[in-house]
Amino acid sequence: MQRTYEIMFIVRPDVLDEDLDKLIAGFEGNVTAGGGTVKSTEKLGRRKLAYTVKKFNDGNYVLMTIDADGSLVGEIERRLRVSEPVIKFISVRMDEEEKRVAKIKAIRATRKKLSAQPAAVPAEGAAAPAAATEQASA
Amino acid sequence: MADETSTSSAPSSRPEGSGSGGPGGRPGAGRPAGPGGGGGRKFFRRKKVCKFCVEKIDAIHYRDVRLLQQFVAERGKIVPRRLTGVCTTHQRGLARAIKQARNIALLPFAARY
Repeated sequence: MQRTYEIMFIVRPDVLDEDLDKLIAGFEGNVTAGGGTVKSTEKLGRRKLAYTVKKFNDGNYVLMTIDADGSLVGEIERRLRVSEPVIKFISVRMDEEEKRVAKIKAIRATRKKLSAQPAAVPAEGAAAPAAATEQASA
Repeated sequence: MADETSTSSAPSSRPEGSGSGGPGGRPGAGRPAGPGGGGGRKFFRRKKVCKFCVEKIDAIHYRDVRLLQQFVAERGKIVPRRLTGVCTTHQRGLARAIKQARNIALLPFAARY
Protein backbone atom coordinates (compact mmCIF):
# COMPACT_ATOMS: atom_id res chain seq x y z
CA MET A 1 0.00 0.00 0.00
CA GLN A 2 1.83 3.06 -1.26
CA ARG A 3 1.16 6.27 0.59
CA THR A 4 2.56 9.74 0.41
CA TYR A 5 4.67 10.88 3.30
CA GLU A 6 6.61 13.97 4.08
CA ILE A 7 9.76 13.44 6.06
CA MET A 8 11.43 16.50 7.47
CA PHE A 9 14.66 16.25 9.38
CA ILE A 10 17.20 18.58 10.90
CA VAL A 11 20.89 17.94 10.37
CA ARG A 12 23.35 19.42 12.85
CA PRO A 13 24.75 22.76 11.68
CA ASP A 14 28.43 21.81 11.75
CA VAL A 15 28.32 19.29 8.86
CA LEU A 16 29.86 20.29 5.56
CA ASP A 17 27.76 20.78 2.46
CA GLU A 18 29.14 17.74 0.63
CA ASP A 19 28.55 15.59 3.70
CA LEU A 20 24.96 16.81 3.84
CA ASP A 21 24.48 15.95 0.15
CA LYS A 22 25.97 12.52 0.79
CA LEU A 23 23.63 11.98 3.73
CA ILE A 24 20.57 12.96 1.70
CA ALA A 25 21.66 10.74 -1.18
CA GLY A 26 22.04 7.89 1.31
CA PHE A 27 18.47 8.30 2.55
CA GLU A 28 17.16 8.54 -1.02
CA GLY A 29 18.99 5.30 -1.76
CA ASN A 30 17.33 3.70 1.25
CA VAL A 31 13.89 4.75 0.05
CA THR A 32 14.34 3.45 -3.49
CA ALA A 33 15.97 0.24 -2.25
CA GLY A 34 12.99 -0.41 0.02
CA GLY A 35 10.49 -0.17 -2.84
CA GLY A 36 9.44 3.45 -2.47
CA THR A 37 9.89 6.44 -4.73
CA VAL A 38 11.33 9.84 -3.89
CA LYS A 39 9.04 12.53 -5.27
CA SER A 40 11.10 15.52 -4.26
CA THR A 41 13.93 16.47 -1.98
CA GLU A 42 14.37 20.00 -0.82
CA LYS A 43 17.06 21.58 1.27
CA LEU A 44 15.34 24.32 3.22
CA GLY A 45 18.67 25.69 4.37
CA ARG A 46 19.98 26.75 7.69
CA ARG A 47 17.41 28.00 10.16
CA LYS A 48 17.34 29.03 13.76
CA LEU A 49 15.66 26.46 15.95
CA ALA A 50 12.78 27.55 18.15
CA TYR A 51 14.40 25.79 21.08
CA THR A 52 17.71 24.13 21.83
CA VAL A 53 18.05 20.59 20.48
CA LYS A 54 21.09 18.58 21.60
CA LYS A 55 22.85 21.83 22.49
CA PHE A 56 22.38 23.22 18.98
CA ASN A 57 20.53 26.44 18.33
CA ASP A 58 20.32 26.18 14.56
CA GLY A 59 20.19 23.42 12.01
CA ASN A 60 19.94 22.45 8.36
CA TYR A 61 16.36 21.58 7.47
CA VAL A 62 15.75 18.96 4.78
CA LEU A 63 12.33 18.02 3.43
CA MET A 64 11.68 14.80 1.51
CA THR A 65 8.39 13.84 -0.09
CA ILE A 66 8.19 10.11 -0.73
CA ASP A 67 5.77 7.43 -1.81
CA ALA A 68 6.22 4.44 0.44
CA ASP A 69 4.37 1.92 2.55
CA GLY A 70 4.22 2.01 6.30
CA SER A 71 6.93 -0.54 7.03
CA LEU A 72 9.39 1.34 4.83
CA VAL A 73 8.65 4.58 6.66
CA GLY A 74 9.31 2.76 9.91
CA GLU A 75 12.65 1.63 8.55
CA ILE A 76 13.55 5.16 7.40
CA GLU A 77 12.62 6.50 10.82
CA ARG A 78 14.87 3.92 12.46
CA ARG A 79 17.74 4.97 10.22
CA LEU A 80 17.13 8.64 10.98
CA ARG A 81 17.17 7.85 14.67
CA VAL A 82 20.50 6.06 14.55
CA SER A 83 22.25 8.40 12.12
CA GLU A 84 24.40 10.68 14.19
CA PRO A 85 24.18 14.01 12.26
CA VAL A 86 20.36 14.03 12.30
CA ILE A 87 19.18 15.75 15.46
CA LYS A 88 15.42 15.76 14.91
CA PHE A 89 12.93 14.42 12.40
CA ILE A 90 9.20 14.22 11.73
CA SER A 91 7.27 12.11 9.24
CA VAL A 92 3.77 13.14 8.28
CA ARG A 93 1.34 11.21 6.12
CA MET A 94 0.00 13.49 3.43
CA ASP A 95 -2.25 11.48 1.09
CA GLU A 96 -5.47 11.80 3.12
CA GLU A 97 -4.95 15.53 3.44
CA GLU A 98 -4.22 15.87 -0.28
CA LYS A 99 -7.35 13.91 -1.12
CA ARG A 100 -9.42 16.16 1.11
CA VAL A 101 -7.98 19.32 -0.42
CA ALA A 102 -8.53 17.99 -3.95
CA LYS A 103 -12.16 17.27 -3.08
CA ILE A 104 -12.70 20.79 -1.76
CA LYS A 105 -11.07 22.24 -4.87
CA ALA A 106 -13.31 20.12 -7.11
CA ILE A 107 -16.43 21.25 -5.26
CA ARG A 108 -15.33 24.85 -5.51
CA ALA A 109 -14.72 24.49 -9.26
CA THR A 110 -18.24 23.13 -9.85
CA ARG A 111 -19.73 25.95 -7.78
CA LYS A 112 -17.93 28.52 -9.90
CA LYS A 113 -19.38 27.03 -13.06
CA LEU A 114 -22.89 27.16 -11.62
CA SER A 115 -22.49 30.78 -10.65
CA ALA A 116 -21.09 31.64 -14.09
CA GLN A 117 -23.99 30.08 -16.02
CA PRO A 118 -26.88 32.12 -14.57
CA ALA A 119 -24.76 35.23 -14.99
CA ALA A 120 -24.27 34.42 -18.68
CA VAL A 121 -27.97 33.81 -19.34
CA PRO A 122 -29.24 37.22 -18.16
CA ALA A 123 -26.41 38.85 -20.10
CA GLU A 124 -27.71 37.24 -23.30
CA GLY A 125 -31.24 38.15 -22.33
CA ALA A 126 -30.15 41.74 -21.85
CA ALA A 127 -28.35 41.73 -25.18
CA ALA A 128 -31.37 40.42 -27.08
CA PRO A 129 -33.79 43.23 -26.04
CA ALA A 130 -31.06 45.71 -26.79
CA ALA A 131 -30.78 44.29 -30.27
CA ALA A 132 -34.58 44.40 -30.59
CA THR A 133 -34.70 48.07 -29.61
CA GLU A 134 -31.94 48.80 -32.09
CA GLN A 135 -34.00 47.14 -34.82
CA ALA A 136 -37.07 49.07 -33.69
CA SER A 137 -35.20 52.36 -33.80
CA ALA A 138 -33.75 51.49 -37.19
CA MET B 1 -35.46 37.40 41.34
CA ALA B 2 -33.00 36.63 38.62
CA ASP B 3 -35.51 37.61 35.98
CA GLU B 4 -36.17 40.91 37.67
CA THR B 5 -32.51 41.84 37.84
CA SER B 6 -31.90 40.91 34.24
CA THR B 7 -34.87 42.93 33.00
CA SER B 8 -33.82 45.92 35.05
CA SER B 9 -30.25 45.76 33.76
CA ALA B 10 -31.27 45.38 30.13
CA PRO B 11 -32.95 48.80 29.79
CA SER B 12 -30.15 50.45 31.74
CA SER B 13 -27.60 49.06 29.29
CA ARG B 14 -29.47 50.40 26.30
CA PRO B 15 -28.86 54.14 26.83
CA GLU B 16 -25.22 53.39 27.63
CA GLY B 17 -24.73 51.33 24.51
CA SER B 18 -25.99 54.23 22.37
CA GLY B 19 -28.41 52.19 20.30
CA SER B 20 -26.10 49.29 19.59
CA GLY B 21 -27.84 47.02 22.07
CA GLY B 22 -28.97 44.68 19.32
CA PRO B 23 -27.07 41.56 20.31
CA GLY B 24 -28.66 40.92 23.67
CA GLY B 25 -26.40 38.01 24.46
CA ARG B 26 -24.43 39.94 27.07
CA PRO B 27 -25.83 39.60 30.55
CA GLY B 28 -26.28 43.28 31.25
CA ALA B 29 -23.87 46.08 31.98
CA GLY B 30 -22.50 44.49 35.13
CA ARG B 31 -19.76 42.74 33.16
CA PRO B 32 -16.89 45.06 32.23
CA ALA B 33 -15.97 45.00 28.55
CA GLY B 34 -15.95 41.22 28.25
CA PRO B 35 -13.14 38.99 27.04
CA GLY B 36 -14.06 39.49 23.39
CA GLY B 37 -10.66 40.81 22.36
CA GLY B 38 -10.54 44.57 22.13
CA GLY B 39 -14.24 45.31 22.07
CA GLY B 40 -15.17 47.77 24.78
CA ARG B 41 -18.70 48.47 25.94
CA LYS B 42 -19.16 51.59 23.90
CA PHE B 43 -17.16 50.50 20.88
CA PHE B 44 -18.57 48.74 17.89
CA ARG B 45 -17.71 45.07 18.04
CA ARG B 46 -16.69 43.79 14.66
CA LYS B 47 -17.90 40.34 13.77
CA LYS B 48 -14.90 38.05 13.71
CA VAL B 49 -14.49 35.82 10.67
CA CYS B 50 -12.41 32.74 10.08
CA LYS B 51 -9.26 33.71 8.22
CA PHE B 52 -9.02 30.31 6.56
CA CYS B 53 -12.60 30.39 5.29
CA VAL B 54 -12.33 33.95 3.98
CA GLU B 55 -8.96 33.58 2.26
CA LYS B 56 -9.82 30.02 1.14
CA ILE B 57 -6.74 28.43 2.66
CA ASP B 58 -7.54 24.71 2.41
CA ALA B 59 -4.49 22.99 3.78
CA ILE B 60 -2.99 24.24 7.02
CA HIS B 61 0.55 23.01 6.77
CA TYR B 62 3.05 22.75 9.57
CA ARG B 63 5.74 24.22 7.34
CA ASP B 64 4.38 27.75 6.84
CA VAL B 65 5.52 29.25 10.08
CA ARG B 66 4.39 32.73 9.07
CA LEU B 67 0.78 31.62 8.96
CA LEU B 68 0.93 29.60 12.17
CA GLN B 69 2.67 32.35 14.10
CA GLN B 70 -0.40 34.55 13.80
CA PHE B 71 -2.28 32.04 15.93
CA VAL B 72 0.35 31.54 18.58
CA ALA B 73 0.60 33.88 21.56
CA GLU B 74 3.81 35.49 22.66
CA ARG B 75 4.61 32.71 25.09
CA GLY B 76 4.00 30.06 22.44
CA LYS B 77 0.47 29.10 23.39
CA ILE B 78 -2.20 28.36 20.82
CA VAL B 79 -4.65 31.27 20.82
CA PRO B 80 -8.24 30.13 21.52
CA ARG B 81 -10.68 30.58 18.71
CA ARG B 82 -12.88 32.76 20.84
CA LEU B 83 -10.19 35.39 20.41
CA THR B 84 -9.17 34.76 16.81
CA GLY B 85 -12.54 33.91 15.28
CA VAL B 86 -11.29 30.78 13.51
CA CYS B 87 -14.05 28.24 12.84
CA THR B 88 -14.06 24.88 14.61
CA THR B 89 -12.89 22.82 11.64
CA HIS B 90 -9.96 25.06 10.90
CA GLN B 91 -8.99 25.46 14.54
CA ARG B 92 -8.66 21.69 14.75
CA GLY B 93 -6.35 21.59 11.75
CA LEU B 94 -4.50 24.61 13.01
CA ALA B 95 -3.85 23.05 16.41
CA ARG B 96 -2.54 19.91 14.74
CA ALA B 97 -0.24 21.92 12.46
CA ILE B 98 1.09 23.99 15.36
CA LYS B 99 1.85 20.86 17.36
CA GLN B 100 3.68 19.31 14.41
CA ALA B 101 5.65 22.52 13.92
CA ARG B 102 6.61 22.49 17.59
CA ASN B 103 7.86 18.96 17.25
CA ILE B 104 10.30 19.88 14.49
CA ALA B 105 11.48 23.03 16.27
CA LEU B 106 9.80 25.49 13.92
CA LEU B 107 7.68 26.87 16.77
CA PRO B 108 8.56 26.93 20.45
CA PHE B 109 6.79 24.85 23.06
CA ALA B 110 7.32 27.72 25.47
CA ALA B 111 9.13 30.92 24.60
CA ARG B 112 11.91 31.71 27.01
CA TYR B 113 12.17 35.04 28.77
